[in-house]
Amino acid sequence: MDYNLMREFADSCGLLGMVLFFAGCVAFALRPGGHSQAHEAAHIPFKDD
Amino acid sequence: MKFGTEIVLLSLFAFGALVAAGFGVDEPFRQHMWVLFFAVAGFNAMLMRNTDFKPAVPIDPAAYMDGPIRYGAIATVFWGVVGMLVGVVIALQLAFPHLNIEPWFNFGRLRPLHTSGVIFAFGGNALLCTSMYVVQRTSRARLFGSNLAWFVFWGYQLFIVMAATGYLLGITEGREYAEPEWYLDLWLTVVWVAYLILFLGTILKRKEPHIYVANWFYLSFIVTIAMLHVVNNLSTPVSFLGSKSYSAFSGVQDALTQWWYGHNAVGFFLTAGFLGMMYYFVPKQANRPVYSYRLSIIHFWALIFLYIWAGPHHLHYTALPDWAQTLGMVFSIMLWMPSWGGMINGLMTLSGAWDKLRTDPIIRMMVAAVAFYGMSTFEGPIMSIKTVNSLSHYTDWTIGHVHSGALGWVGMISFGAIYYMVPKLWNRERLYSLRLVAWHFWLATLGIVVYAAVMWVSGIMQGLMWREYDEQGFLVYSFAETVAAIHPYYVMRAAGGAMYLAGMLIMAWNITMTIRGYRREEDPMPGSIAALQPARSGARKWA
Amino acid sequence: MGLIDKHALIEKNATLLLVGSLLVVTVGGIVEIAPLFYLDNTIEKVEGMRPYSPLELAGRNIYVREGCYLCHSQMIRPFRDEVERYGHYSLAAESMYDHPFQWGSKRTGPDLARVGDRYSNSWHVQHLTDPRSVVPESIMPRYAFLKDKPIEVKDFSTHLVANRRVGVPYTDDMIKHADADLMAQADPNADTSGLESRYPKAKVGDFDGNPQQVTEMDALVAYLQMLGTLVDFKNYDEAVGYR
Repeated sequence: MDYNLMREFADSCGLLGMVLFFAGCVAFALRPGGHSQAHEAAHIPFKDD
Repeated sequence: MKFGTEIVLLSLFAFGALVAAGFGVDEPFRQHMWVLFFAVAGFNAMLMRNTDFKPAVPIDPAAYMDGPIRYGAIATVFWGVVGMLVGVVIALQLAFPHLNIEPWFNFGRLRPLHTSGVIFAFGGNALLCTSMYVVQRTSRARLFGSNLAWFVFWGYQLFIVMAATGYLLGITEGREYAEPEWYLDLWLTVVWVAYLILFLGTILKRKEPHIYVANWFYLSFIVTIAMLHVVNNLSTPVSFLGSKSYSAFSGVQDALTQWWYGHNAVGFFLTAGFLGMMYYFVPKQANRPVYSYRLSIIHFWALIFLYIWAGPHHLHYTALPDWAQTLGMVFSIMLWMPSWGGMINGLMTLSGAWDKLRTDPIIRMMVAAVAFYGMSTFEGPIMSIKTVNSLSHYTDWTIGHVHSGALGWVGMISFGAIYYMVPKLWNRERLYSLRLVAWHFWLATLGIVVYAAVMWVSGIMQGLMWREYDEQGFLVYSFAETVAAIHPYYVMRAAGGAMYLAGMLIMAWNITMTIRGYRREEDPMPGSIAALQPARSGARKWA
Repeated sequence: MGLIDKHALIEKNATLLLVGSLLVVTVGGIVEIAPLFYLDNTIEKVEGMRPYSPLELAGRNIYVREGCYLCHSQMIRPFRDEVERYGHYSLAAESMYDHPFQWGSKRTGPDLARVGDRYSNSWHVQHLTDPRSVVPESIMPRYAFLKDKPIEVKDFSTHLVANRRVGVPYTDDMIKHADADLMAQADPNADTSGLESRYPKAKVGDFDGNPQQVTEMDALVAYLQMLGTLVDFKNYDEAVGYR
């Protein structure tokens, strides 16, 4: 394996992969139905002290 | 017998240190083992004085274990004062070199003492005690393992004391932020694994079905630091009774391993861990849930995925292959996204309660921390761009950048968390004085602004002077002339640092008086009487 | 929905969260660091590199011990001003035997990658003893104590053995003569022919101005005087070396 290959990968597929990963994260977090679950989780610190 | 096993084990440990002090192959190692002997023997004597033969008091398994957290809060403040004091001393040494006292107090030996003191002693203790506080309260479970938390706390203090004394004796691996030698690295690994077991064990026995997002950040901080620490410190000792070791890697591989570690010490120790702090203490102090829980999930995954790649930006234009540099730069720029996502999330938690900024100096401290987090994570990606880096690298600009993050973000969020926790941990109605918190806030903020601004000017000026040509094509300045030119900025930098230290001293006073149970007679903060922290309902979970 | 609902599993399962985040953070390290070890051209082919002589290695250990890397870089970047100020830009090959690397990250003082042969031994000794007596603007600490500290030579060969364990090509011959070579390099009256054949281009003689004993000052100056002097740049092909 040669470094040019690595470099090419890094600034093409690698970069694309990262962007897709990030988009996936956003899509997951904003999926319909996640809202109530998130709301519940966000209130955990106030349940007990 | 109380502490029976501990006393026997510690006696053996102390004896081992004594043997090593006698048979060590090099002088610094023998001296260091004497330090170890006195530290362990002294601690053991303390245990012996506190032992008794009464039957053990049964522990309420439902109560939170707050003893180590109280010690951790005190240790945070104590090491904060020490680490920042050393910082001011070395800043003055750069301005007035006659302040170097060879060999033990030369800049080269004190500088690791400062960096380790503030990062690992101050920051580390803040992370240790807040993580134990948060994980119990968001899991509604007592800390896992009966005395494991005490082992983690005292084991970590031993690491700090040994590392600090080692630096003064000249025991160092010569890797920035990973200076302790092989035997301390092994000890820290033991302590850290115990910490992981403690934290994970507590999460596993939780009564809350969901794992709160702050614990995600704490957990990823613990496990990633374990990985970074082990890989970066791989080395071969010259002798098992000597202080010197040689790194397993060399040259370019060693450089990338080190900065993969170094940058992620920033990313996971100084960022992820303290974000865990933010996601618990900002909502608690503001008394409203985090702005968007879903954004915090995006923040988490994006941050840990991107951060780990950014290390090579510390090695731009060096002998590191170009592809690795480019990769580091691209990921550093992308990091701006999750960083600002997190900042917005922290700031917007206050939406609808912005008036608290005026009345509550603790929330003001936390908000300033988040704002500084946003500022330095904006500056960072800019500095990782190769053309910018060609000017900024090797100059004080880097130092200024680090301090706007360290003093602004890490320092301020820790102060906020400690101010929040201490009255609750000691069951006090409120802090000794809120007005002193306001003083601390302004001294710290002004100190940071002076520090960062001065370092920008000094760094950019020196960088430009190094590369300035006259019309005949000769370099204009000798190196020594550029050193002379930045002298006034070094004086001002020390002044900025001293202001920050003064704030820290006020905090130490305030916390001490709170713990001792005093309350300062003072007018309430302007704007609202309701700004005083409400009394706690009772001490039912105080264990 | 299927896949994205799985995330709830992670959110509720600590072990999965642990494994997941560990996997995520491992990827970056493996992709970036691992190739450096097996890509042939990470390190350029150059002539002249050799392991440090025992005295130079002892000096390097003092350099590390005193934290010199905190203010001095050993990495010249390929810019016109740096090359004119410090010499040819640094090659990866030049630090291939450095355990640990000492590239540094801050230039409070000048770069030292090619400081060897630039100043006399006595300049270095004077400068280390009292920096401001030769460079009035200097803010460097004094290192006068090095002159009074005899070097610890006992079993210095163990240092060479440790280096060989991590890949530095010290030969049996070098290890056998390590203690003697260390003393001989700083002794103006010693027979240094063996030393010079084992470590070509090694500087020999009394470094610290005190021929009576071999001090830490001898070792540190010997190290400084060899920095950047090994590689023969006449035979270096820049285009081939580019990575």
